[in-house]
Amino acid sequence: MSQPASSLKTSSSRRLLSRFGLSGRGLVVLVPYVWLLLFFLIPFAIVLKISFAEADIAIPPYTALLDWAEGGMLTVKLNFASFMFLLTDSLYAVAYLNSLKIAFVSTVLCLLLGYPMAYGIAKAPASWRGPLLMLIILPFWTSFLIRVYAWIGILKQEGLLNNFLIWLGVIDTPLNILYTDVSIYIGIVYSYLPFMILPLYATLEKLDDTLLEAAADLGARPVKAFLAVTLPLSMPGIVAGSLLVFIPAVGEFVIPSLLGGPNTLMIGAVLWNEFFSNRDWPVASAVAIALLLFLVVPIMLFQYFQEKQQEAAKQ
Amino acid sequence: MAQTTTQSGRKIKLEPWQDPKEQPYLRIEKVTKKFGDFTAVDDVSLSIYRGEFFSLLGGSGSGKTTLLRMLAGFETPTSGKIFIDGVDMSNIPPYERPVNMMFQSYALFPHMTVEQNIAFGLKQDRVPRDQIRVRVAEVLDLVQLGRFAKRRPHQLSGGQRQRVALARSLVKRPKLLLLDEPLGALDRRLREQTQFELVNIQEQVGITFVIVTHDQEEAMTMSSRIAVMNSGWIAQVGTPAQIYEYPATKFVAEFIGSVNMFAGRILEDEPDHVLIQSEEAGCDLYINHGVPVPLGTPVSVAVRPEKMSISREPPPVDSGRNVTRGTVREIAYLGNLSNYLIELDSGKMVRITQPNFNRLTEMPITWEDRVHVSWQPFAGVVLTQ
Amino acid sequence: MMRRSGFVLTMLAFGYAFLYVPIILLIIYSFNESRLVTVWGGWSTKWYVGLLHNQQMLSAAWLSLRIAALSATISVILGTMAGMAMARFGRFKGRTLFGGMITAPLVMPEVITGLSLLLLFVSLEQLIGWPEGRGMTTITIAHVTFTMAFVAVIVQSRLVSLDESIEEAAMDLGARPAKIFFVITLPIISPAIVSGWLLAFTLSLDDLVIASFVSGPASTTLPMVIFSSVRLGVTPEINALATIIVAIVTTGIIAAGVIMARQERIRRIDEQMASASNA
Repeated sequence: MSQPASSLKTSSSRRLLSRFGLSGRGLVVLVPYVWLLLFFLIPFAIVLKISFAEADIAIPPYTALLDWAEGGMLTVKLNFASFMFLLTDSLYAVAYLNSLKIAFVSTVLCLLLGYPMAYGIAKAPASWRGPLLMLIILPFWTSFLIRVYAWIGILKQEGLLNNFLIWLGVIDTPLNILYTDVSIYIGIVYSYLPFMILPLYATLEKLDDTLLEAAADLGARPVKAFLAVTLPLSMPGIVAGSLLVFIPAVGEFVIPSLLGGPNTLMIGAVLWNEFFSNRDWPVASAVAIALLLFLVVPIMLFQYFQEKQQEAAKQ
Repeated sequence: MAQTTTQSGRKIKLEPWQDPKEQPYLRIEKVTKKFGDFTAVDDVSLSIYRGEFFSLLGGSGSGKTTLLRMLAGFETPTSGKIFIDGVDMSNIPPYERPVNMMFQSYALFPHMTVEQNIAFGLKQDRVPRDQIRVRVAEVLDLVQLGRFAKRRPHQLSGGQRQRVALARSLVKRPKLLLLDEPLGALDRRLREQTQFELVNIQEQVGITFVIVTHDQEEAMTMSSRIAVMNSGWIAQVGTPAQIYEYPATKFVAEFIGSVNMFAGRILEDEPDHVLIQSEEAGCDLYINHGVPVPLGTPVSVAVRPEKMSISREPPPVDSGRNVTRGTVREIAYLGNLSNYLIELDSGKMVRITQPNFNRLTEMPITWEDRVHVSWQPFAGVVLTQ
Repeated sequence: MMRRSGFVLTMLAFGYAFLYVPIILLIIYSFNESRLVTVWGGWSTKWYVGLLHNQQMLSAAWLSLRIAALSATISVILGTMAGMAMARFGRFKGRTLFGGMITAPLVMPEVITGLSLLLLFVSLEQLIGWPEGRGMTTITIAHVTFTMAFVAVIVQSRLVSLDESIEEAAMDLGARPAKIFFVITLPIISPAIVSGWLLAFTLSLDDLVIASFVSGPASTTLPMVIFSSVRLGVTPEINALATIIVAIVTTGIIAAGVIMARQERIRRIDEQMASASNA
């Protein structure tokens, strides 16, 4: 009937592709796939490799792992010195534990502040939600570095916060906040709060109000209804938000290096120093590998939830 | 259309599926579709003829939509073949099939006007611009949407969107139009009105329609034939009347309309009648046609509620067959009809529908009345599976 | 009910104050005559003038903008392909690994990404002589790698919520897959792609850690300049820079808000039209 001959013609570009055993569809997967393999996955293998090398005064500053021994035998020289170093020098253990502690506490603080905010936004009149949400995202579009820097001026000994509190008469002597754990908590909560609020908002907004009404109708008081209905149903948001804060916070570098002091060692800054100041690439690599090992479980958890959420959205 | 002469010398029109000389337009041959371990469509064979309005009727998960999607080319059969107008569709992608589909969600392109939506398919075929204009105008006329040509889908009501979707799938004049629950998203009144419109449009354009629906009334109203599907199988194919009056299985009998089912055993089997003993019914069941099963076989007899009648007095001719007694348990007055729920003396509940001939009779049958339930020899259908 | 909503309101007020007070103070003190952040020395715009004459800062900003625009563009192309593959191609070989490589960069600590990419570039240079040294190219590649994950996730979630039968309808009407993508899918998901581009642009413009690892001596980005000057002490020029960035972003957001409000109004009129013409 009206099937034109043209639709039976194969275009020349398609024929060209299929000569290489590729469809256009295959190309759509292949290009980003190859990119990520090359620039995301293989680099980890190289980090692993170099963590087993020995520091050397050379360019690049490490020894080769593979060697062609005499007689053409390929020998592998694995050097565990960097990892042994991590175990023996307590600085690293302290830094790892401190990073985990700081990331954990910051995540909890983010959740405590972010949950009521996300809840408030989700329950606001519909016309308010957009602007309120925009105001959460807005700071994110301005420089992260500068926003962290702003806190130096506020938290300093002779800074704005202390001046304000002394003026109010709350305190007599200035508080020592900057360069302590507290200033790092403030910095992390401040920078990562949007990452907590957005997934929380996404789940809370979808929540059916009639569920709470049903709970109230069945005799649950507001607090009880919240604990029995809202909280469990917003669990996916809580998990996603917490992981989005916790994982990057463990390896955070900028915040501890601007707001932290000598007693607030975090592993991101340690890695940075090993690399840039000590130029010890094998130890820096070993630090990175060890950090990855700490984060593998949370990262996989994050992926699992991400995948599940996409599946749920499909339904 | 072919004609044939009956023994009595009267000429009757022969429907295409009754005519051995007619070639099927769409032939589905032993098609199976598996998704992993799940078999969605199980060894289905069907022949559909030119100009038919054919319905695939079934509940959710019956495989009707999967079968339709295989016709469109969105799913590939795990085994089996599909022929349209004699051409094997196995290696033909959806965009080259002489088939168009109207989607349940309508799937209108939100960023295009009504006109652009309808012209889309013609543009893919590189139809000259002036011809596109003429054909779009024609089909817009057909669905009476001429004045909405410049609107976007979100500026239309549900019923209008439905008609745009129909126009878009008709404009290419496909050999086969597939409709996936075309009326599913409309409200009841609009749906009834649109059923007739759809049949009218089909008659005007003469395109073969294959429609998927879960609504038996819709299928009965519109179709030339219906295939009832159940868990991937075709339970029965036939005209609406055949399927209602002569269901082939218990599933079909219960799926289409309501039915009273009596379990029993064959006592007598003659060419012109069978006699069935049924404890559930509380009487012997006499049916005026034979069945090809041996004596003693357990069978079910299906009797439609409107084919049974109730009375306080025993029926004039009481042969002890097709007459039983029970107590009225529930009455639902629907105006034109009343539905009665009767508990037979065997404990079996049966449903009976009676037209309300008289206005409020003096002594209407009421709750807890003892009544006789009776039906004619032609009313029952013997089912073996 | 009353008491809890009071609590929620308090937290909202506190949260927004927490987010905005530092930024507002930053802006106010950018007009401070005094070099000391904590002492108000009268109004002045001298830090803005200073900023305009800070050649190092300006060239770093120019480099950062170029890298951000380039990497956001590449990242949108690759990220859209990846999101498309994840949302539409069902199960393909290696999908689990692919999905992992798309979501992991979202949370991967920057020091790890930065270090691993640097080591890759060094090894590649040893092996095949490319990339020659490090600079704009290596920073761009690094930024594409970590920002495309964000684009892919945005595009994927948009596609997942898009009725797949719209694309099937186009195929049914005779359009080939590539044509469907460009004529149907792309126009419909374009808002998601625009926000993906903006996000990638911002992330690239903002990145200090990864850029520090993979940059060469000749390529100093804006965050690197800011970081080194901030480390040396508080300088009001940074406040002036922050004020300019906030002004640009706010203008952009307000413009977007106005456009969105207008579209919303049109949509509402459309809906009224639809219900009025319901026949």
